[in-house]
Order: sequence, then C-alpha cells, then structure tokens
Amino acid sequence: MSERLLEVDDVVVDYPVKGLRKKPFRALNGVSLDIRPGETVGLVGESGSGKTTLGRAVLGLAPVTGGAIRYNGRDISGLSRSERRKLAAEIQVVFQDPYTSLNPSLTIEQILVEPLTAQDVAKSDATRRVRELLDQVHLPSDAGGRLPREFSGGQRQRIAIARALALSPQLIVCDEPVSALDLSTQARVLRLFEEIQNRTGVAYLFVSHDLAVVRHLSHRVAVMYRGEIVEWGDGDQVTARPQHPYTQKLFLAAPVPDPAAQRRRRAERTRLLADGA
Amino acid sequence: MSESLSASLETPATAAAPKGLFRRLLKNPLGAASLGVLTLIVLTALLAPVLAPHDPDAASANDILASPSSNFLLGADGSGHDILSRLLYASRVSLAGAALALAVAAALGVTAGLVSGYYGRWFETASTWVTNLLMALPGVVALLAVRAAVGPSLWTTMAIFGVLLSPAFYRVVYTAVSGVRNELYVDAARVSGLRDPRIISRHILIVVRAPAIILAASIGSVAIAIQSGITFLGLGDPSVPTWGGMLNDAFANMYTAPLQLTWPSLAIGLTAISLTLLSNALRDELERSSRPKRRRGRRDAGTATVRHEPVLVHEDTEDTEDAPSGEILLDVQGLTVSYDQADGSAKTVVEDVSLTVRRGEVHGLIGESGSGKTQTAFAIMRLMPPGGQVAGSILFEGADLARLSAKEMTRLRGKKIAYIPQEPMSNIDPSFSIGSQLVEPMRVQLGLSKAEARDRALRLLARVGIPDPERTFNAYPHEVSGGMAQRVLIAGAVSCDPDLLIADEPTTALDVTVQAEVLDLLRDLQSDLNMGVILVTHNFGVVADLCDRVSVMRGGRIVETGAVQSIFDDPRHSYTQSLFEAILDDSRPRGPLETDVTAAASTQGASS
Repeated sequence: MSERLLEVDDVVVDYPVKGLRKKPFRALNGVSLDIRPGETVGLVGESGSGKTTLGRAVLGLAPVTGGAIRYNGRDISGLSRSERRKLAAEIQVVFQDPYTSLNPSLTIEQILVEPLTAQDVAKSDATRRVRELLDQVHLPSDAGGRLPREFSGGQRQRIAIARALALSPQLIVCDEPVSALDLSTQARVLRLFEEIQNRTGVAYLFVSHDLAVVRHLSHRVAVMYRGEIVEWGDGDQVTARPQHPYTQKLFLAAPVPDPAAQRRRRAERTRLLADGA
Repeated sequence: MSESLSASLETPATAAAPKGLFRRLLKNPLGAASLGVLTLIVLTALLAPVLAPHDPDAASANDILASPSSNFLLGADGSGHDILSRLLYASRVSLAGAALALAVAAALGVTAGLVSGYYGRWFETASTWVTNLLMALPGVVALLAVRAAVGPSLWTTMAIFGVLLSPAFYRVVYTAVSGVRNELYVDAARVSGLRDPRIISRHILIVVRAPAIILAASIGSVAIAIQSGITFLGLGDPSVPTWGGMLNDAFANMYTAPLQLTWPSLAIGLTAISLTLLSNALRDELERSSRPKRRRGRRDAGTATVRHEPVLVHEDTEDTEDAPSGEILLDVQGLTVSYDQADGSAKTVVEDVSLTVRRGEVHGLIGESGSGKTQTAFAIMRLMPPGGQVAGSILFEGADLARLSAKEMTRLRGKKIAYIPQEPMSNIDPSFSIGSQLVEPMRVQLGLSKAEARDRALRLLARVGIPDPERTFNAYPHEVSGGMAQRVLIAGAVSCDPDLLIADEPTTALDVTVQAEVLDLLRDLQSDLNMGVILVTHNFGVVADLCDRVSVMRGGRIVETGAVQSIFDDPRHSYTQSLFEAILDDSRPRGPLETDVTAAASTQGASS
C-alpha cells in the first residue's frame, strides 16, 4: 500500500554476546508497526524495552536478524553501506544527547554542511542552505562560525534538528530528543518539531520514555516492553484508555503534577498492583 | 635517505598537528629547548657532507687514537678515523634507523588500530591476538634470529624492530577509536550518508592525533636507544658508522683514550632526552588545549540574576493546614553561596535563600538546571567544592551549621543529616560489597559491633523492599540494578535514624515504574521515621506526589514558596506560571493524522 511510508514487519534484532557459544541477546522480538507520510508515531517504553534499538534498526545502525523494514515498499533492512548512503536523503535522525551528538571540534557550519557535501551538493549551495536551516530552527545566522560548546542544550538540539533537516528527509527518527532538556526548553523544542512537521510534512518515529511528551506529539503510539510491542493504536486511545496491563501500570506510575489528582492516581495504582499480586 | 629521514621525523610533530600547536610548543620552555636541540641534531646530520672535515672512512695508521687537535677536533678513534666526521655521518644512519623503526611501528600500529577499532569483528580479534603475541615475544632474541637468517643489515633489523614496537601504537589508537566509535556524532555522520574514509578522516583521526603524536615522540627516543644498543653489541652492519658502533670502538679503548666515550654517548643521550622531553611538552600542550566542556558545570550554571524582587509567600490557609506541624527542624535564613573565581572575584550561585523544614515535613526545591537548588542542598550539608563560601545562617537543632567546624559537621552528616544522591551507581564504591558499605557508617556513627551492624543492615535492606537481603548484602554494586542500588542508598541514608534527609533528584535516573516504587518507599520511611526531608527535583509530578511544601527557584533565588496545594492551585509568580504552562501532562492527545487516506485506515490501525 502506497500510503505506508515505513513498515516494520516482524523485526528481530539479536546482539551477539562476547564469549564462545554464548546465546545472542535478543533486543527486539518480532516487532511490527507502520508510519504514514507526515505522521508522528510515538514509541514509549522503559530502559531496556528495545525502543531505541527499533529506532536504530530503522536507521541501519542495528543488525536486523529477522523480518523486514520496508521504506516506500522496499526492504531496507539488509542494505549494503553504499546503498544505505543513498537513503540518507530520506531517513534522518535526532539523538537524545545534544552534548555528544555534535562533534565538539567542528563548527556549526561544518556540521551542517557535512550531510550536504556527502550528497554532492555544491559548496556555495550548501552554505546558502545552512543559513536557511539555521533560520528554520530559529538560531541566529551568525551561529555557523561557532563551536557546539558555545551553545546551551536546547540550542544544540536545534542544531541537531537542522542537521537532520538538511537533506529534506521524509522520515526523522527522534531518539529521546527532549529528555536531556529543561522543562521550558523541552516545550519550545517540541513546538519546533510540530512546526516543522506542519510545514514540511515530514514523518517522525518519536522514541521517548516520557508519556506526556509522546501523547502531546504523536498521532499513534506503540508501547514496548522487553523487546515487544504490547499495545499499539491511536494516541488518544492508547494514552487515555490503555488496555494492556503493562501500559496501565506504566501510565499510573507517572506522577501527575497535581497533588489531589496524584493522590487518586496513587490509590488507583496501589489497587491495580494489589489485584495483580 | 636524508629526505625520508627528515620527513618521517618531522611529520608527526607538525604536519598532522592542529593549527597553533607548533606555536604553543615554542612558548613552552621545555618544548622550545628540546625542539631546538633536535632541529640542531637533524640539521648537522643533513649537512654532514658539508660540515665534516674528513672522509669518515679515511683511516690512517699514524692517527690511531690521536688526541684532539686542530686537525682532529675530537681526536681520532682506534682505527684512525676522524671522530667528528664519523659522528656527523653516524648521526645520519642512527637517526634514519630510528626513524625507520618509528615509521614502521606507526604505519602498522595506527592502521591496524584504526581498522580494528572502527570496524571490529574478525579483524579486531585477529589483530589483538597478533599484538599480544608480539608483546610476549622477547625482542632481542627475535632480532638475533632475524640477523642469523638474513644477515647483518641495519635497515632490516630496524624494520623488524618497528614491527615489534607497533603494539604500542595499536593499543593507543585502538582504545581511542573504539571509544569514539559509539559516539552519537559518528552515528549521525553515518546516517548523514558519509563514506567511511570521510568519517574516519573527519571524526576519528582527530581523536587519535594527540595520543599518537605524543607516543611517536617517546617511541622515537626508545628507538634511538635500542638502535644504539643493537649496533653497540655489533648486531648492525659493521661497515657503516653508527653511534652505537662508535661507542663500541671507544669502549675497546676505554683505558687508553677514555674521552672518546663521551662523544657518541653525548649524541645518544641528547637525542633520546630531547625526544622524551618533547613528548612531555607535547602532552602538556595537547592535553591542556581547549578541551570542550561536556556539560555546563553546576558552578557557572547558576548565574544569579541581580533583580531583587521579594519572594512570593503563600500564607497557610485552612485548606493547607493539614500539613505537618512538628517543631521546626531546619531554619535557613539568608543563605548565600558563592565561589571564588580565578580572577579574585566571587560568583554567587545561591542568594538570600530562606526556608524552614518541620519535623515530618517534605519540602520540595524545584527549578531548572542552574537554578541553585542542588547548591542550596549541598550548602546545608556543607559539602561544596573547594572555593565555596557560605553566608547566612542554617539553624539545625540549635546549632548554626554555617559556623560549625568541619569536624563537627562530619559528626552530624550521616547521623543527623542523611543524603540520597541522584545517580545511585556512581555513589556506591564498585570495589566493596554492598554490605560492607552499609555496615561501615553504622559502626562509626552508632558504635555498633560488627554483628549488630550486619543485623541492622539486613533488616534495613528488607525494610527498603529488597527481596533477598542476604544476597544483596553480599553482592557487589555491578550485580544489582539501578533501582536496587537506589534502594540500597536509601537504606544507607536512613541507617542511623537521621532527623533530616536531603534527597537530590532521587528518582531522576530511574525508570518511571521504578520511580513510583522508590517514591512510595520514601513516603513510607519518611512517615515511619518522622524525618524532615528536603527534596530537590525538576519534576512537578514528584513534588505533587511527595511534598508538603515547595519552593520554586530561579537564578539562585527562591521566587515563590508555600504549601504544595496552594502553589499548584494558584501559581502567582510569572516564572512559576510559565513552568506550569510548559507541563505537557494536561495537554490533549494529538489524535490521529487527519488525511483522507488515514480516515479509512485508522479503523484497522489498532490491530497488532
């Protein structure tokens, strides 16, 4: 079907474990989901649930041992490095940690020009595009000559977003892009993500452990637990009326910023846990 | 030979170096001196045909062991050669030999290190194996074997020696590359569609450069020494003049012409020492160089705004008076924390903070990074990095903590005031068992016997919800999960029945389900032990869950304070309001994507 931009079909990822004849570690165990053009799919889970691995598998950074990842109908899970490079203009990434995702010894302009020159964009066009990109993420145009360390966490994340946008991709994998940011910075960066999506029609695979963030931004939400998707559907359905016991537990565990409501949620959670025991 | 000699000696230090390194090296006295000596030695070697007064191989029986004179400035050796001329020509051979060993070692080691560090897999296994083999091989024995097989060639010997030295480069480069291979910016470059050679040259080599340059200089000095040693033993080619060979000749005539030992020794010593000192200077300059700060430090983060606006205080009303009303445990008035700066000024990170904590009350300190909330908590415990100054008063059980001596503070900490950190794993010593770390403070602070302390520790572990206390007691920190480690730290914090507990983001590093359990545990313990708690956090949900009172901090000051319900119902300060607006919990779900196509598809979207 043509309206599927990305299809993840029964994907298995095994990481080899050091040592002879050790069983490999299964990070993803038969995961399936799909993303439509212009859509945000949220991926929620706790550490070790495999949510980051799924993002990396889509990016070609994790070894896919089973199943298929189809982009516009074509399987991209076992591509060679050179074929993968051609996809750079289609699928991009924004990582969690804005402190390590930018090379500390390159200037902002060098960082932003890099993906462009890799796709053989002429130098003069590339510098023009860098100014456009800085403008799109609301950074001053003179930022190009400075080094990453001169910017705050939120600004660095804007630079990372600009780098992802450089080649006008169809899909951006966002791996916890706001987790390292302060509350108010986080809100501004999320607004930027939304604004860019509305303008360019890019789709996001939005990985986060923060339910509130995922609910705010996602059209559809998948909940992961121990390498599997336990619940998957429309955002309001999954986040407001979760069906799976794990999802319910996860949602009740997050404290609400309202003392009275939190007291109720706590009681509900205690009851749910008591029922489960 | 002379071109390759100068090229291979010079390139590691200049061509690959970052801009300005050379200039900085010249400003470093050690660097300038050693570089000067080395340049002089290399120059004389290059200009040997011009400088040498005699043919180095011309020998005359009349001049055997001649004393220094105007004809033979340094005298003549046991075969009647002019020592100065021989020394000049020998330096060409000796330096070139060392350079050859260095070049072979660097070429092999750096390449193998890059490839196996970046690609890993079978090449990594194979090259690590070969490296270990080379390091286990006795070098001189291997050289003797080679000489026996291929004959006395200095160049072959030095090339083989280069191979034996290559593990040093391999190790350094491999470690640096495999450290940077998993950096996110390398992943980002890969996703950007960069080719491997470009990723390596732009993102990887830059990390390898500094350690490789430093290593090259020190390996150069080793190569000179070994090369001289080999020729001294007569393992080189006896027909070419070398420093080691000259030393050998002088050694044979030590009793008749002792002065002759000086010249080759001086040449070897000066070169080796200069290279070692150069490597030290390089290390100083390269590692001092503007290393980027990873994170904004706590210190410079808190730039106190100088606006002196009054704190918005929510008076207690009937709605909020069910808050704990025990006696006032901690009374902080006008707390100011500042740090001495290098230029003599002081930087204020906490300014005029006042707060009280009653027995049985949880007081939340909330703010964004750099707001001074952690600094406030640390100042109350008087745990600050060097240069920290505290002003104001911190009244705790009748004593002013701001004025206590360090010794008196040590008695209070752990016993009366306990602390729970943010990162559980980095706050337990990995080299001791969990049990021993719990027992030790109790024996010191409570004076318990070993058995009593062990008993109490086991009960505490059970109390904080650890399923098998005996096993965890004997376990080492790496054997437990982050949530378990935080429980252990909580057990340790309450082990001496403290009156005041200071928790610095105690759940920030934990998963949300574990966070809920730890919050439950903290609440239970707090009411059981009737402690006063200061809870530092940036999460409004945690405040709502646990706190009775909350103070909102910004720029080192409290902007608003009051009972939790009152602040949440009616935030008055514009900053508090903006924080509440940034909270996403109340925001509506975004709903399905609105296009014509998806309307039809959404009905089957929830199937999995």
